[in-house]
Amino acid sequence: MSAPVLWIFLPLALAGLLMLVNNPKVVFLAACLVTLFLTLAAWLLPIDAALTIGGWTFKLVPSIGILGRNLTLTSADRSFLALIYGSTFFWFIPTASLQIARRLIPLGLAITSMLVAAISVEPFLYAALIIEMAVLLSIPLLTTPQHKPTKGVIRFLIFQTLAVPFILFSGWQLAGIGANPGNLALVQQAASLLGLGFAFLLAIFPFYTWIPLLAEEAHPFVVGFLFWMLPTTTLFFGLGFLDRYSWLRDAPSLPAILTTAGALMVISGGLLSTFQRHLGRIMGYATIVEIGFSLLALSLGSQAGLGIFLLLLVPRTLSLGLWALSLSIMREQTAGLSLENVKGMGRIWPFAASGLILANLALAGLPLLAGFPAHQAIWEGLAHGSLPLALWVLVGSLGLFASAARVLAVLFSAPEGTNWGSRETQSQRLLVVVGLMGLLLLGLFPQWALPLWTKLPAIFEHLGQ
Amino acid sequence: MVVLWLMLLLAIITATGLLLSRDWRWSLGLLAGLYLGVFWMVQVHWPITMATVKLVTGWMACAILGIAQINARVEREKDNIWQQGRLFNVFAAAMVLVVSFSLSVSMANWLGLSLLVAWGGLLLICLGLLHLGITSDSFRVVIGLLTVMAGFEVLYSAVESSALVSALLVVVNLGLALAGAYFLNIAQEKTA
Repeated sequence: MSAPVLWIFLPLALAGLLMLVNNPKVVFLAACLVTLFLTLAAWLLPIDAALTIGGWTFKLVPSIGILGRNLTLTSADRSFLALIYGSTFFWFIPTASLQIARRLIPLGLAITSMLVAAISVEPFLYAALIIEMAVLLSIPLLTTPQHKPTKGVIRFLIFQTLAVPFILFSGWQLAGIGANPGNLALVQQAASLLGLGFAFLLAIFPFYTWIPLLAEEAHPFVVGFLFWMLPTTTLFFGLGFLDRYSWLRDAPSLPAILTTAGALMVISGGLLSTFQRHLGRIMGYATIVEIGFSLLALSLGSQAGLGIFLLLLVPRTLSLGLWALSLSIMREQTAGLSLENVKGMGRIWPFAASGLILANLALAGLPLLAGFPAHQAIWEGLAHGSLPLALWVLVGSLGLFASAARVLAVLFSAPEGTNWGSRETQSQRLLVVVGLMGLLLLGLFPQWALPLWTKLPAIFEHLGQ
Repeated sequence: MVVLWLMLLLAIITATGLLLSRDWRWSLGLLAGLYLGVFWMVQVHWPITMATVKLVTGWMACAILGIAQINARVEREKDNIWQQGRLFNVFAAAMVLVVSFSLSVSMANWLGLSLLVAWGGLLLICLGLLHLGITSDSFRVVIGLLTVMAGFEVLYSAVESSALVSALLVVVNLGLALAGAYFLNIAQEKTA
């Protein structure tokens, strides 16, 4: 058996099967068991080494050939696989209590396996096409038969599709640079094409307008899943470029470009979040801020920057997951998620309201919460280079703080005498409490994410060394 | 060479026609014609069997969109800009024609293409982008994206002939057409 069959084709086949199953419990259980199995397999099973269990010996071959090219997953990719399938498992768990298991799980599993395929394809440039396929799979997730395709979905489709030509052309240019490294004109062209491609793919300023639109229009949990999965995989894809091409990694202008793009996203996203009147849109702007922080982390230098970038991943999963879960709980029983609709609802949904506020604060980098250690490292790194820039980035984070404070005020400003209660179901309360505990514990003990943090750099041959 | 000129002319007429057309039947007919031009421009660099894939895929995309339109049985919302801006569209298309020609000279040198193929590919990309810029109708957005991808495939065929890329591009094109069909069905269910 080959590793791509286990981590790509098996979940893809299961996703196809689950689309045919009507029972949401069966869909939920099958998907959770398989994603948990794939996470544990990634953590425990060696690739390209014989393994004996009882009297049975088997070996996972790293490669499989398709149409003259290969899908390759080596032992170095195991921690990435564990991260992706572990977080997918984490995202699938609340689907049962939100009653969206049939909607999210089959397509979500297919998207996950496509994104793993994107990271494993050789030559890796073809990943742009596979990511586009994942984007196309996400279209039915973002729209429902009851609603016309919204502006956000259409813009999302356009921007993600426009990324493909730029990245594929840059790949062709990069091959030319390999043969003729001294050609500066070629280097500039390739860098420009690559930059534009990633600006579209990663929703970098000013191409991020679809994020708040989608966050307002689509189901918050589905959107949260995509806001975690797509940028994370795209960032790993981008890091693959830095890892493979030393001229790109060592380009003197790269830190400045990453810093500018990242700072613009953090500042604009943070400040704009303050003025939003829709809870979903605030989550959208927080996602923009987080992508900005990822770019800022990478701008700090290959070794330290990569470490901080990886440190952001687990808190982001937890915060976005909790935020999306809390919004979904509220959305079940309100006309909408605008501030007018949720005024005073904190007294009726105290668990969801707490989850929402704390997730927002964690992504803003509040001390003692999960996001703080990585954000603090980025602020410190930036301050070493430029104190004004660090202050501007802090202003962006303060924007997220302000939006959290505003939402807090709206959620709990009920008329005098309004009774407290809890309309969340038992399972929803449990999930929110587990999420809150996770945010607090990861803030107090960030070293608990260390096993992942130390193993993940192995995926990169040069960046991780 | 004469056939290549004719195919370029076909691409110009069909892509401009897509900008002006108001009837989905005309739009899909023009898109099918556009893929014939694309096929001919791609076969300059690829074996004819591989280039045929582009033609078949394009026509399949047209068929998917056509079937979805027939099933939808609803009149799409009138796009005001579309109704009022025909003259503007003609002028914009003419501008694109000139600009793409001026760019195609350097593009031809850069990619090692013939001028006609470079112009054809660039023209389709630019007209597709123009299409995307002037409409918010989901059906037309998908047609715009398919036009952009068709132009890109013409240019990319000169530098890459991998079977896997060709297969992935087929999936992306059909996926875009299916997304368009899905959007049309959503509109139908809402109306129903």
